[in-house]
Amino acid sequence: MSPLSRNGATTLSFFVCGMTCVFIMLMMLLFIFDQSYGFLTSVGVERVFTDKAWIPDSGFYNFIPMMIGTLLVSVGAILIAAPIGLGVAIFCNFYGGGRAARFFEQLLALLAGVPSVVYGLWGLMAVTPIIYKVKPPGASLLAGILILALMIIPTVGIIAKESIRRVPSSLINGAAALGLPREKIIFYVVLPSARAGLYAAVTLALGRALGETMAVLMVTGNVVRIPTSIFDPIRTLAANIALEMAYAADVHRSALFASGLALMFLVIALVMMSSLFNPKEVMRDIS
Amino acid sequence: MTYRKLPTKSGTLLTSLVWGCAGLIVCVSVAMLADILMSGVSQINWAFLTQPPSDSGRSGGIGPILVSTLLILFVCLCAVIPIGLGGAILLAEYLPSASALGRSFRATLEILSSIPSIVFGLFGNILFCDLLGLKFSILSGGLTLACMVLPIFIRSTEQSLQSISNTYRHGGAALGMNKTEVIFQILAPAALPGVTVGLLIGVGRALAETAALIFTSGYVDRMPSSLLDSGRSLSIHIYDLSMNVTGGDANAYATAFILIVLIVLINCFTVAMKDLWMRQRGDIECL
Amino acid sequence: MAIAQKIRWSLIMALVAVASTVFVSKALTTQKGTEKIIISGASTIAPLVAEIAKRYERENPGIQIDVQSGGSSRGVADARSGLADIGMVSRDLKASERELVDYPIARDGIAVIVHKSNPIQALSKEQIRNIYLGRITNWKELGGADMPITVVNKASGRSTLELFAGFMNLEPADIKANIVIGENEQGIKTVANSPGAIGYVSIGTAEYSERSGTALKLISLGGQVPSTQNVADKKYDLSRTLNLVTKGKPSVAVSHFIDYVQSASVKDLVEEQYFVSLK
Repeated sequence: MSPLSRNGATTLSFFVCGMTCVFIMLMMLLFIFDQSYGFLTSVGVERVFTDKAWIPDSGFYNFIPMMIGTLLVSVGAILIAAPIGLGVAIFCNFYGGGRAARFFEQLLALLAGVPSVVYGLWGLMAVTPIIYKVKPPGASLLAGILILALMIIPTVGIIAKESIRRVPSSLINGAAALGLPREKIIFYVVLPSARAGLYAAVTLALGRALGETMAVLMVTGNVVRIPTSIFDPIRTLAANIALEMAYAADVHRSALFASGLALMFLVIALVMMSSLFNPKEVMRDIS
Repeated sequence: MTYRKLPTKSGTLLTSLVWGCAGLIVCVSVAMLADILMSGVSQINWAFLTQPPSDSGRSGGIGPILVSTLLILFVCLCAVIPIGLGGAILLAEYLPSASALGRSFRATLEILSSIPSIVFGLFGNILFCDLLGLKFSILSGGLTLACMVLPIFIRSTEQSLQSISNTYRHGGAALGMNKTEVIFQILAPAALPGVTVGLLIGVGRALAETAALIFTSGYVDRMPSSLLDSGRSLSIHIYDLSMNVTGGDANAYATAFILIVLIVLINCFTVAMKDLWMRQRGDIECL
Repeated sequence: MAIAQKIRWSLIMALVAVASTVFVSKALTTQKGTEKIIISGASTIAPLVAEIAKRYERENPGIQIDVQSGGSSRGVADARSGLADIGMVSRDLKASERELVDYPIARDGIAVIVHKSNPIQALSKEQIRNIYLGRITNWKELGGADMPITVVNKASGRSTLELFAGFMNLEPADIKANIVIGENEQGIKTVANSPGAIGYVSIGTAEYSERSGTALKLISLGGQVPSTQNVADKKYDLSRTLNLVTKGKPSVAVSHFIDYVQSASVKDLVEEQYFVSLK
């Protein structure tokens, strides 16, 4: 790939580091498989789709309402967070000024560090009562989408801001020299060349949304059913694990780990779908 | 330079959208943060910061908890930075982006970043507390957090390494440097902003985690005498006070206030260090 | 400064930071003896046991007690496997768990709560049962305002739910809930923010919240007024026992601590957590 010669020991250490991550991942997979083995053998994957409901105490293990709930709340959150995060990133780079950029970097970094408990609490005290006034019960899919969007906007914003900043000035100056207005420069030159970074931002944020536990648990109502409107309560897979793990035994516990597996498959599916947007060739040869 | 003046200023739709996004974020986050700060500020004084908690945290302070949190964060960063940098360099420099290994590595990271934190907690419990014999300890907690933060950090650093134009690599080769020297002398410093971004998000994620730490670093609020002692983190304390202990709300808000101040301090420090390094190095622009 | 030098400096500074933190924390901790007791289990009891443990440590230097959270099932599992010396369980032991020895340490009642603005003051068992089965859906059917009832239920597996359902002659699976909550405080905050809600939480917690001005109130259940006093006087039936469990006969240190927890000298700590002392 490159004409440069390699220094053996350092290369080896890079490989070791990189493989540590893969190793952790494999161990994690092994762990989840091992813990869900009991469920998979005694109950089986089919019943995940065919059982009548999620009532572990009576032996019913239907994941579908929770998978739908997870998908809806995460995709909904990304649909809100991605444009807003992108908007903030564009603002910091082209509209606001140097001080605005630094201010937003700090603000977004701060928001990224606020515990999910705090987001959940704020959602419970400030957001769900407002939704309750529109239509009870207040704790709903909509509340989950809003709070989750707020939580992942920092991730999208920070990474997108950085990737837009990294677009070479020569491209922008060239476009400006051709007489393109600011909007066209941003849409036709900057965003396409920052595509890889934007893709990373959105997928990381989506990952965070799918796995978010605490805040979602507090504002979505946690009722296991397929929602018919955005004011209906839902339960996500992650919140389910958090709610029931502490009190689950044997098969039930196994089933919860199996739902963790289901979550991972959801992620793989979403990643594969969104890789359609990912440029295969990274644009590095710009000079 | 994080802000670029574009020569033309026409068009209003994008302008208003972008300003709208920025304004929205500021309003919502100010609303949330002001809520916390106003509820919590009355409890803060020097005694609160240094005394141990008493009466289940409803009086006394958070001294030992602050120390435990900082120690957990430190362990996490010590593990994440070397392994993350190595992994990112491996991904960016040694694995071509279209190769199967590169793609599967990236997919691995995405999947890891979306596993619910409670599953990480249980995994960390079995791996670090049981198998490695660390029991409930700050070390287990830090290492578990490292597993959670690694994917984000690697992705962010990898992105910034990817965006460095090949002319630098070829220039280094032309000067007779081998690959390792190119990486350390040229690419790593140029990728520093991306590393900082990864650190900011990673630190934020680490400080915000609750579920993962309950099972690994534990619930004990005594001042830790070593890294092998169990120690409660600020986020667990906030969760306990607001969700578990009756009448703990006031101190929960105060602790959240301190946590927010801590995050701002760490983030400012991180950005200041980055500015210091980049200024001494000379700013490397991608053309 | 060259990169290599910077890296060296950062490493040195990091080492100094760690050394100083460890040194400071060591200086601030008193030297404890090596005797260590590990307790894990229900998060409801954890604050109480942690406070008792702190007082015990002060009166008995040389003992260190670590309290961990994680749920009643964890308490049982850890006691069985030996990972913990004592387990905390916020319910009575099930038949399958009877190889463990239980030591009751407090009682806790469950009160039904509604929003403060709700005019309803009392409900019968039958009425509450019908609300939770989804047969009554509007407060006006019970003589209240024309408002849909928002039913708040606890997540399955929680001892509070099992106790409530058992008392009301309900199957947990038949409950038609609008909101499912995890911890007591979440229930309190949910009901306090939803004018049409009804839920059930620990009596002590509810009493405290009502006293501090949270927008909820406790209602009489089948003629019995919920209060910690009534639970102590056995005038309120919907209650549970909080237990410590051990596997087999505990060691001298452990049984000494358990005796302490069950003694009258910690009665004030039990009441500070808004539970009912057994002494």
